[in-house]
Amino acid sequence: MAAIEILDLEKSYLVGFWRKRPRLALRPLRLTIEEGEVFGFLGPNGAGKTTTLKLLMGLVFPTAGTARLLGCAMDDPRVKSQIGFLPEQPYFYDHLSARELLNYYAQLSGVPAKGRSARVEQMLARVGLSDSAGMQLRKFSKGMLQRVGLAQAILHDPKLVFLDEPMSGLDPMGRREVRDLIQQLRSEGKTVFFSTHILSDAEALCDRVGVIHQGELRGVGAVAELTSGKQGKVEIVFYAPEQKVPLALTGLGAEARISGDMVNAVLPEAQQEAALDVLRRERIKLISLTPVRSSLEEYYIQKLRPSPDATEAGREEADRKGAGA
Amino acid sequence: MSATRRVNLVAIAVLLCSMAGAMASLFVIDHQRSNSAAQEALYLRSSKVLRRLSLGYTGLLADIYWTRAVQYFGEQHHSGSGDFRLLAPLLEVTTELDPKLLPAYQFGANFLAPKPPSGAGLPGAALALMQYGIEHNPDQWRLYYNLGFLYYTELKDYAKAADAFKRGAALPVTNEFMPILAARMAQHAGEFDTARMLWVTTYQSTKEARIRQNAVEHLLALQVDEEVTQLERVVEKYRDQSGRLPTSMSDLERAGFIRGTPTDPKGYRYHLMADGRIEVQHPEQIYFITKGLPPGAEPPQPPREPQAAAKADSK
Amino acid sequence: MNSRIVCIAFNTFREAVRDRVLYNLIAFAVLLSGASILVGEISIDIERLVVVNLGLTAVSLFGVVIAIFIGIGLVSKEIERRTLYTVLSRPVRRWEFVVGKFFGLTGTLVVNTFFMALGVFLALLYVAHKFEKMDVWVLAALYFIVLQFLIVCALALFFSSFSTPLMSAVFTFALFVIGSLADDLRGFARITHGAGGWLATAIAYLVPNFSALNVINLVAHGGPVPGSLILYNTLYALLYSAMAVSGAVLIFQRRNLK
Repeated sequence: MAAIEILDLEKSYLVGFWRKRPRLALRPLRLTIEEGEVFGFLGPNGAGKTTTLKLLMGLVFPTAGTARLLGCAMDDPRVKSQIGFLPEQPYFYDHLSARELLNYYAQLSGVPAKGRSARVEQMLARVGLSDSAGMQLRKFSKGMLQRVGLAQAILHDPKLVFLDEPMSGLDPMGRREVRDLIQQLRSEGKTVFFSTHILSDAEALCDRVGVIHQGELRGVGAVAELTSGKQGKVEIVFYAPEQKVPLALTGLGAEARISGDMVNAVLPEAQQEAALDVLRRERIKLISLTPVRSSLEEYYIQKLRPSPDATEAGREEADRKGAGA
Repeated sequence: MSATRRVNLVAIAVLLCSMAGAMASLFVIDHQRSNSAAQEALYLRSSKVLRRLSLGYTGLLADIYWTRAVQYFGEQHHSGSGDFRLLAPLLEVTTELDPKLLPAYQFGANFLAPKPPSGAGLPGAALALMQYGIEHNPDQWRLYYNLGFLYYTELKDYAKAADAFKRGAALPVTNEFMPILAARMAQHAGEFDTARMLWVTTYQSTKEARIRQNAVEHLLALQVDEEVTQLERVVEKYRDQSGRLPTSMSDLERAGFIRGTPTDPKGYRYHLMADGRIEVQHPEQIYFITKGLPPGAEPPQPPREPQAAAKADSK
Repeated sequence: MNSRIVCIAFNTFREAVRDRVLYNLIAFAVLLSGASILVGEISIDIERLVVVNLGLTAVSLFGVVIAIFIGIGLVSKEIERRTLYTVLSRPVRRWEFVVGKFFGLTGTLVVNTFFMALGVFLALLYVAHKFEKMDVWVLAALYFIVLQFLIVCALALFFSSFSTPLMSAVFTFALFVIGSLADDLRGFARITHGAGGWLATAIAYLVPNFSALNVINLVAHGGPVPGSLILYNTLYALLYSAMAVSGAVLIFQRRNLK
């Protein structure tokens, strides 16, 4: 059974005061996410990521289309107890302490009274807030609020977790913790759907990613495929005071760029040894050699480009994935 | 049916049912506590307190109290209870809040003094109200007129009535009848013409439907009183000439004193009684008459039947 | 009652308490004790009258102000701060949220009124040195004031479900003023005829009738409150609030939480 099945979900808002015109926030979206999958929803700010999440949460109503969560209609109240949601830049009742807030949400989610407070304490420990659990949330920093947000999203042990920009506003340490938490959820067999505009997070965590831009799903792909070695390249930086690139290197298919007395050359990973031999032969001083693993970024940039071909390709790919799932 | 739809339907049902229920209970409450707004006048007699409470919006509050007074009078009249206890306090509060609200004084002059059920039976309160009004509006002839009218119709104090009309006649802006009324008070007090002029002036100087209706009824009564008086004089004359009382109206007609059978303003024939008195056939239909009644009968008063009042309202 | 409604109601109450709403009680206590001491000094025979009049009027006005100022933010503040997102993504139906908010606010006002009522009776005891039989009617007047709060809360919630806090406050306060003059409005309707009369009657019956719920003057003079009035006022207030709350639910059901 698919965890999330989005069937041509569409949303447009009426804008303007006198003559209201519809503005498309989300073009018909078709997407299927399997159970146990970690799915990254990528796109620049304002692409429609939050709109999609709000539609799925029933906070806004679709103009057309529908979705099924864990096999149930999305407005079915029963399915809600199986869902956790972290909104973007969450803000909570600041008159409550973290402990009270989690208790409140646990009650609303129907966590049985017996074992409720144990569960709350466990969650507080899990996000590292045990020490400040009694403090009112109005004194919390942004990062601490994000942790509270994560705790409330997984409080009731949901099968399906939606996270809207879970890493935003966090320091490097906090980001690392969130990554670990998502990894843990994956290992527990949960389905995680999270939106982000930070590619490295997606690359590190996701099984698959979808790229959305201007309300339109531009493409869906498996991260493992997109970052596989075949497409990998290496970047070689070397010292060249004469500002010349050895011919042998260009013969290996390198794209070189001269900047100052240094040269930047990118060539296929397969040619790495041959290229190093060339440098050795020419007695050129090597500065660095790094594998280029930014193929997700390339994929992302390519999908964002407004070229109609890319759009078409993205659609086809989305359809293929949707149908295949 | 989806959950959302079900909730919507239930909410609509609750909305409609509770709306109907709320209206129904309000209707019951409303009938239980009629005049409740007016009741307040019982408690808030001090204008100072009211002025404070109104936070400076005395004009608006005066208008509200004036509406309450009119409505209270109308409702009590309608119900026929003849209980106008609150009329005086309501008018006092109204005029204390806004001493320049002239219709309130006129209303008071017409309905505070007469005996129940046509008024509150408080000539003293009516006089006090007029004097208060003149104090605050010394240049309004209508107030002097109302005062004179009170002295004339209710208190029968013709000297004071003449004085009031005279003062009113001396104002820069006045009514042409004022000097005439002043003069008549001295010489012809108690005559039909004088009374008629008073009621006509009352009728002409107001737009208030209830006051006009009252004036019309008094004018009709005056006509009956006058006709009965004349007929009784004719009967006197007949006895002087023939040495006996007439047995019927046709005796008088044959003797050439009258032409045809005289009828009252409602179209009924006047009756000639055995002792020579004249009586109206239906005294209950002409209010306020003092003549043409059986011996010892009280002047008939407007009935509890609300027709006249309702019609007057709609104008 | 459904546990989620209780939970939301309790949280609303807790929020009001922690936002120091009950501090108004201090202002109330100062006002009332000052007035009773002053009145005891200067006037003879009307101490009880003044204390009842002033006390009950203050209870009513303080409560209405609180009801309006919390009520208008009940829904809109939660949307603005997006606290609603994490509530509605749980097994909480939208109507449960609205109803819970309503009970939370009325609960706050009931508690607030309870303390104020205590104050009024203490002041009465201070000026009169003993309780009289007619003081029971003061209790009835307080009960009617609570009924008023029910209606004001429901109206504020209703306006809050679709309008900005400022506009909600204006609408609710306007309806409170009009509703307090409802008797006069109905009187006006009764003496107006034709289309104007129909319209005036319709408006007079649709606006909340606060004047029937105001018996302060009556009880200040020791007058009894008829039992049937208590019954029908209760019915009226409950039904009118139910009407406004279900209106709020209907609107909120359709609302997109941008």
